[in-house]
Amino acid sequence: MASLLDAYVSPKKEIPRQAYAGVSTVAVAVVIALWCVLSYGGFVRSDFLPTPHDVAMAAINGLNDGSLLINTGASLTEIISGFIIASVFAVPLGILMGSFKIVEAALEPVTNFVRYLPVSALIPLLILWVGIDIEEKISVIFIGTFFQQLIMIADVSRGVSQDLLDVSYTLGAGRRTVVWRVLIPATLPGVMDTLRVTLGWAWTYLVVAELVAANKGLGYFILNSMRGLFTDQIFLGIIVIGLLGLISDQGFKLLRNRLLPWAV
Amino acid sequence: MAAPKLRIDNVALRFRSRTGAPVTALENISLVVEDKEFSVIVGPSGCGKTSLLRLVAGLIEPTEGSISLDNTSINGPGKDRGMVFQSYTLFPWLTVQNNVEFGLRIAGIPAAQRRETSRRYIAQVGLTGFERLYPKQLSGGMMQRVALARALANAPAILLMDEPFGALDSQTRSLMQEMLLDLWQGSHKTVLFITHDIDESILLGDRVYVMTARPGRIKEMVEIDLPRPRTVEMLTSDAFMAIKRRIMHSIHEEAMRSVAIERT
Repeated sequence: MASLLDAYVSPKKEIPRQAYAGVSTVAVAVVIALWCVLSYGGFVRSDFLPTPHDVAMAAINGLNDGSLLINTGASLTEIISGFIIASVFAVPLGILMGSFKIVEAALEPVTNFVRYLPVSALIPLLILWVGIDIEEKISVIFIGTFFQQLIMIADVSRGVSQDLLDVSYTLGAGRRTVVWRVLIPATLPGVMDTLRVTLGWAWTYLVVAELVAANKGLGYFILNSMRGLFTDQIFLGIIVIGLLGLISDQGFKLLRNRLLPWAV
Repeated sequence: MAAPKLRIDNVALRFRSRTGAPVTALENISLVVEDKEFSVIVGPSGCGKTSLLRLVAGLIEPTEGSISLDNTSINGPGKDRGMVFQSYTLFPWLTVQNNVEFGLRIAGIPAAQRRETSRRYIAQVGLTGFERLYPKQLSGGMMQRVALARALANAPAILLMDEPFGALDSQTRSLMQEMLLDLWQGSHKTVLFITHDIDESILLGDRVYVMTARPGRIKEMVEIDLPRPRTVEMLTSDAFMAIKRRIMHSIHEEAMRSVAIERT
């Protein structure tokens, strides 16, 4: 018994792969089982907690009448556009901000001010300025992710070892070569990690924006379902968002291993 | 006699600390390194020996005095002064071979010639067969071998080594010293080597400069007349011990003096 404890519950110690997969499966199964017991068992009213069957039916209905795909498509378009626009600006600016004091001096004050503003506080203003269409969602996602990305990527860039740059100079590199051939490659793993984390946040901002004002999208779908007390649809919306998040996260992980096999 | 390869003339390095207090890191430093000579600077940590090497590399500028290589005043870093750092400075995104070829690539040397050069130096440091590995797959000793091959592949006029074996365990360090002795015996490269390890300084050097701390000054120069080729067996010979006693005495005197200063 003691040896089993030693093997499985020592801090930072590896456990067999099968054991890891087994525990993960059981954990997911427990959540689903609990849901089944509470809903099918009648412990919670169905308009508070739908059964898995109800949610599956809602999914089939949503697919049949096209509403699920339209709303998912709308959300995906908004999040991908907003996230890409933010990243395209944040990655180069962040790298420069972390390694060039002059860029840091220029960007830091504004960034630090905006970064602590909850984006939700800006939504009314954005609605006033750009309406409630896709442009507003993209703006919310842009503002929400850009400033966070900027600060995080600047930190990654700041963390590139001075010795790595210095050794490049002693090998004959000029400033331009050092930036393109050393500084930028050295930041890539950290940049990928930052993008992966901020994509998760972008989902939050998107749903917030859609909950406030929208005529399509998963956030709108959830809000609209609440008005009709369709908890099965609310659950469906939440599960779809969760799954999309999981897929994009795994996608980033795969991409990082594929593009940066040298990174630890 | 020909002019010395490297001449450091009355150099001082002063700066202001974070608190604004003036700091004299180096004062009144004069030394010469003759062509094809292995010079070592030995001194306690914090004596400014790394700063001195960085001055020679051109990574920082002296407050007073001048440094010249082949009678040309040093103005910024350049590939005529190859450097091996104490920290691991391989480019993690490049394979062993591409790390070694880095300087050649930015100099615009054609691929076939680069390959030929990198193969030769990789063989010299005993890493043939490891060309395609990434730094994360190498041990600390292997990484320093690659760093040495990378510096040598650029054919520098002088090789600057900043405690390159300082982070290695003692067995690996011995192996690295033997490898460096072998390599030097074959090439008679001009080397300026920095260490806090007295044994290492005597084993490797033709001349050993003993440095003192706060402010960093050269206290004395010791000619090491041990025969070459040298081996690690010499570490226990009487001649070696006699030199070691002399240097230890010199450093000890200095340590007592600086302790006395700190007390006052």
